[in-house]
Order: sequence, then structure tokens, then C-alpha cells
Amino acid sequence: MIRILDHNELFNQPDYQEQFERKKEFERPWPKEKVREVSEWTKTPEYRELNFKRENIKINPAKACQPLGAVFCASGFDGCMPFVQGAQGCVAYFRSHLSRHFKEPFAAISTSMTEDAAVFGGLNNMIEGMENTYALYKPKMIAVSTTCMAEVIGDDLNAYIKTAREKGVIPEDLPVPFAHTPSFVGSHIVGYDNMLKGILKALSEGRKGESNGKVNIIPGFDTYTGNYHEIKRLMALMDVGFTLLSDVSDTFDSPNTGEYKLYPGGTPLPEAMDAVNAIGTIALQKYSTVKTMDYIQKEWGQKTFTLPPIGIRNTDRFFSELSKLTGRPVPASVEAERGRAVDAMVDSHPYVHGKRFALVGDPDQLLGLMSLIMEMGGEPVHIVCTNGDKHFEAEARELLASSPFGAGGTVYIGKDMWHMRSLLFTEPVDILIGNSYAKFLTRDTGTPLIRIGFPLFDRHHLHRQPIIGYQGVINLVSMLVNTALDELDRKTVDTTSFDVIR
Amino acid sequence: MRQIAIYGKGGIGKSTTTQNLVAALAEAGRKCMIIGCDPKADSTRLILNRKAQNTVMDMARERGTVEDLELDDVLLQGFKGIKCAESGGPEPGVGCAGRGVITAINFLEENGAYGDDTEFVFYDVLGDVVCGGFAMPIREGKAKEIYIVTSGEMMAMYAANNISRGVLKYAQSGGVRLGGLICNSRKTDMEFELISELASKLGTQMIHFVPRDNEVQRAELRRKTVIDYAPDHPQADEYRELARKIADNRNFVIPTPITMDELERLLMDYGIMEKEEAAA
Repeated sequence: MIRILDHNELFNQPDYQEQFERKKEFERPWPKEKVREVSEWTKTPEYRELNFKRENIKINPAKACQPLGAVFCASGFDGCMPFVQGAQGCVAYFRSHLSRHFKEPFAAISTSMTEDAAVFGGLNNMIEGMENTYALYKPKMIAVSTTCMAEVIGDDLNAYIKTAREKGVIPEDLPVPFAHTPSFVGSHIVGYDNMLKGILKALSEGRKGESNGKVNIIPGFDTYTGNYHEIKRLMALMDVGFTLLSDVSDTFDSPNTGEYKLYPGGTPLPEAMDAVNAIGTIALQKYSTVKTMDYIQKEWGQKTFTLPPIGIRNTDRFFSELSKLTGRPVPASVEAERGRAVDAMVDSHPYVHGKRFALVGDPDQLLGLMSLIMEMGGEPVHIVCTNGDKHFEAEARELLASSPFGAGGTVYIGKDMWHMRSLLFTEPVDILIGNSYAKFLTRDTGTPLIRIGFPLFDRHHLHRQPIIGYQGVINLVSMLVNTALDELDRKTVDTTSFDVIR
Repeated sequence: MRQIAIYGKGGIGKSTTTQNLVAALAEAGRKCMIIGCDPKADSTRLILNRKAQNTVMDMARERGTVEDLELDDVLLQGFKGIKCAESGGPEPGVGCAGRGVITAINFLEENGAYGDDTEFVFYDVLGDVVCGGFAMPIREGKAKEIYIVTSGEMMAMYAANNISRGVLKYAQSGGVRLGGLICNSRKTDMEFELISELASKLGTQMIHFVPRDNEVQRAELRRKTVIDYAPDHPQADEYRELARKIADNRNFVIPTPITMDELERLLMDYGIMEKEEAAA
């Protein structure tokens, strides 16, 4: 039998190690002593000051680009093919990024624009792309977004799609929503917002009619499939009819039946078309739904609510507003869940109380986690949000000011993980929360990491556990406390306090 | 709200003509707005009576991102309450001016710059429709009317014809239409007849013939429109007439551009250009 080594072992074999040594002759690296010296210098307050003055480079920003959010959003509608007008490499990146997080295949179309398209415009790419997509993949909807290339040359999606229809390459009645999603503005959350607005606009046209008595729920750029299952369960407990607008749970969490399905599920288009007739719309994230919610309020004339249900207080607010909107009481079973969550918090708070936290991620997730941490008596200290805007900054500051546990917290918008590295060295914390890329901060600074956010490449199934609702509180509390306890074990390993009971 | 785009060859007098005609509209009590879509940013100086206003892209460069801009930073009011904005753009020879136009118009739209009571929005667009960015003002949902400023000079006519080809492309897939040619006279031979004939070949009209007058130059040196500087001068009435014709215009067409050969034949027919055999 042949034993195949993966790269974790392979490169530690003597022949590879020898090669690495020999290569140094040509690489001529800095002397080890110099490297160590500079490395130590990067841990100093002096370096931190220089680091925060840095203007022209971002190092490990905690964000992805607009079209990634757009294709993610589009993939949550039944039979919808995400279609990107632009370069091939970009779309390969969205697909691999999503696949690496969910461990699921992901389909999206690129119009493969190249040099000639950059010069002459991408009309032909769009038309051929549409023709192929429709012929090969039989979608019920094609949702178009753009990469930087199409945006820089100013491709006019609306006119191009019209032309494609006139040329007859796609049927007259095929919905083809579109969104301009330049990556040099905003981030994946803005792309999500733009695409969802485009889709709802295209699907709702001429559909305004009788109220359907349902509530629209917009999850936002939420990569926890567990959250989608959870919100469905909670709405069923509340006995409220609802439409999830962009339901990606089947796309990224479909059962393994041995058969590949190109369109594994998602929000059915007839339901999405009828969303205009709901009694109201609730967004579970704010910063990934700004334009969409504005559109729904102005154009659909609906009541809109932004109610992110992370933490006890936020989940309470979600249920109380939902109850007010629908007139349905909050059932005893949900109250019992709340009770269990509070019990879990009480059980664990001695180990979380007074702990210092550093957080990096998307605006809505940060706000929810900060709220929960402070509910547990933890102290958010460094809050780094690469894709946060002024509004987020103000809201996060207000949240910190609302609790004595927020007094030592500082919000950094537009900063990246290299800034966070300086913060962790100069003002250490107990626990770091971030996506998989934050593991490099853990390596450098030794701060234990709780993996929450997107992308999570290096641990499996984390996205299957809900972090919203009262069940989400229990899951998050167990992550917080058990990370604190792991750390306690590590620190007390050779002492009498290395205890079996915590 | 009528959205109107003004195109034409570089240096033909688009900005001057636009500002004078908008000043005339505003003088008549109409609510107007001018959006300059040219990195040179000279589309509003006669209305604002100042050197040049802060452009959207200047402010974006200063703040680092468009997202940090406030509308008040870039939207100013000038003569008779005319709202003015300039897209601005990069230094000559670098970057992408077309993208600047797209960014600026998106910013103005998203931040409600147009307001509810604006009756006319004029886009003053650089030279030719050289790339997708400069077609931004005539995309769906924006300007539906286009006027091309030209003169009796051959290259100005050539540009007008070229722009018509751009318009044709957008007219076929959208609702944009050509409203007419504005002849900004250079006092060339048979200019009136020539441009009238070119207009009819393009399927449109010469909406007005603006005579050449040094009063325009004198007003410009004082950073004013003629309407503002010398309201009683006959040239001011010419712009009032142009403004009235545009306000009342009902003649909107999909243009029928001609070939280079046809254009040359036109010039020969009017005796401006010698026939090849005669030239030899």
C-alpha cells in the first residue's frame, strides 16, 4: 500500500528539509538575528504608532469584495444562476472562497472578459454568456453582478440585458435582475445589499396587490447555515407566515444523496415575487441591507425593522417587535428557551466576567457579539471593522457607552488585522474573536482565538451552529467560556490549580 | 424633471452655451441643475462666479473615499438658485476619467442631489463619448434628451456625426433621443445652411443658431454668463431664445448618422471643400 503524505508531513521529510537549507544560498535571507530584532520591534508602541499612520497599504483586511456578496445573495433564490460580468479569475475566487468555507460546491457564471472586451466593451460577452447560461443550465433567473473590470470601462448592464432579450438569446419573461458591484467601493456586505435590491426590484414589478399577511425576513450577509434553520424554527414556533429573502441554507447545506443538484433550493421565486405584499420586512442585519430596506420602505410602502438577534437583549427585542407587528404572542416554548439561555449565562459568567476581548469582523456581527459579551460582564477592548462606516462607528461607540463593561473599548473602522496585531501586542487581551485569518494573530501574539465570522476555512462545521436567537446565545456562551477554560488549563497545567472542575 | 445631456467636440463651447442657456431658464423662473462631467471641471464657473468649485472626485481624493463625502461639500447654488456639481477627475494622462463620471453621478443620485422640485438637469459632458463612463449620463433612467453643440468647422461636424453614432447605440436599447444640433457659430462660410443640412441628414433639427459675439468673451472673463453680465445685450436674447426652444422642444429622434464620405460630399456641395479633381 502506498502511503500518501499530505503537505503537513511531506515537507518535514529530510530530503525536503535539506532542499530548503540549500535554497538559502540563493535566497540570501537576512540573518536570523536581524529578523528576530525587527520582529521584536514590531511589538513595540513605537511601531504601533507608525503602523496606525500607514496610508497606502492594507495588510489582511477583514473583508471580501462586492461581487462575492452579490453571488452569495443570488444563490439563495430557487433556480437562480449568479452571473458575473467580468473577468474569470474573480469568479473563480468567489467560488473557491465560498466552497472553502462551506465545504460545498458552488456554481457561478463568468462572462470571461479579456483584453478585447476591456477595449470594446463587454456587450458580446454578456450576450454569449446569457445564451450559454440559458442553454446549458436552464435557470429560472439569472442575477447579474459585475467585477471591477466591467465597472471601470462603464458597462451598462441595463442596456446590455435589454439587447440580449431583443436578440432573443433569453426569453422575454426570464427575470434578469442586475447590480453594479464595483469592488473598489464598499465590501461583500454592500454587494449583497445591491444584489438583493436588484432582485427584489426585478421580481416585484407589477406584483403589488392584496396583503399576504406574511413577514419578510432578510438574513443579510449571514454565512451561518445554522442561523437559517434556526430562524425557520423560531418563526414556526411563533406561528408566523414568512418569506426568507435569500435563503442560502439549501445551497450551502444540502443533504448528501449521492446526486449533484445544480439548484439545491432557495427562496421559491413565486414567494419572492409576492414579498411586496407582506405586512412588513425584518432585516437581521443592518449594514448589509441599507439600500434594500430603504427601497422596501419607499417603494413597497412596508414597515421595516432592523432587528439583529444576537445576544439576549437583541433577541428579546426581535421577539417583542415581531409580536407587535404580527399580533402573535411569544409562545411559552420560546420563553423557556430564553430561560435556558439565561441559565447558561449565569453558569458561565464567572469565567467571562472581566475578561478582555478583541474583535474583528463585519459590522453587524461585531455589534451582536459586543452586546452579548457585555451582557456576560466581558469587556470588548479592541473592535476592528475594516468595512465599517461612520454610522457603524457611532453605533458601536453608543453601544459601548451603554454599559460599564464598554468603558475600555475603542472602535477602529477601516483598519485591518495588521493594526489589530499592534493593538494585541501593546494592549493585550484575553480572547480574540475573528475569522480564520485571525489565526495568524494568535500565532504571533499567543491570544486564544474564537472563530466567528467569515470565512472559516480551517475548522469544520462551525457555520452549522446557530449564533442567533436564544439557542445562539447558548452556543456563543459555550464558545466564550470554553475558550477561557482551555486557556486556564493551559496556564495552570503545572500548578495545583489544574483542576478537573471548572 | 427633464434630464438633458449636452455633447460636442472639445473647445466648441459646450460649457459656455450650457451655462448661458441654463441661466436664461433660471431667469425665467425654472429650477435647474448643472452637472459637469469633465475632469477639467469648468462647467459651472459662470453660474457660481468663481474660479472652479470643489469637484466630487477632488473631495473623494481628499477624504480617501466617496463614502465619506457630504452632499453639501460638492453641491453649490449659484445664479438664480441654479444647483451646480462637478464630477472632476484625475490629472491628464493618468487614471480613468470615465469612472470618475460614473462615481460622481452615482454619488449625487444616492444622496438625493436632484431634489423633488428640480425641473431641468443638464449634464455637460466632455468632448466625445469616448468610453462607457462618458455614456453614463445617457443610461436608462437618466438623460433622455441630447443636444450636440457644433459649428461649421469640419472637425466639429465630424464630431457631431460621431456622437450621433454613440447616441444611436443607446437609442436602440433605451429611451434616449437626439433633440437637435446647437450651432455655436464660428463665422465659417455658409454655416447656417451647412448645419441645417447636416441636422436634416442626421434626422434632426438645428434647434438654434447662436451667433458669435465678443460679449460672451467679456462676460466669461468676469466669470459670468451674458444673462448675468449684460442682460440687455442682444446676445442674451439669443440664449433666451435657445432656452425657450429647448423648453418647448417636441422633436426627439433616433439619429441617422452619415458616413465620412457623405460628410465630405456635403462640404463639397456647399463649396467649402474642393472636389478631389479640382484640388489636383
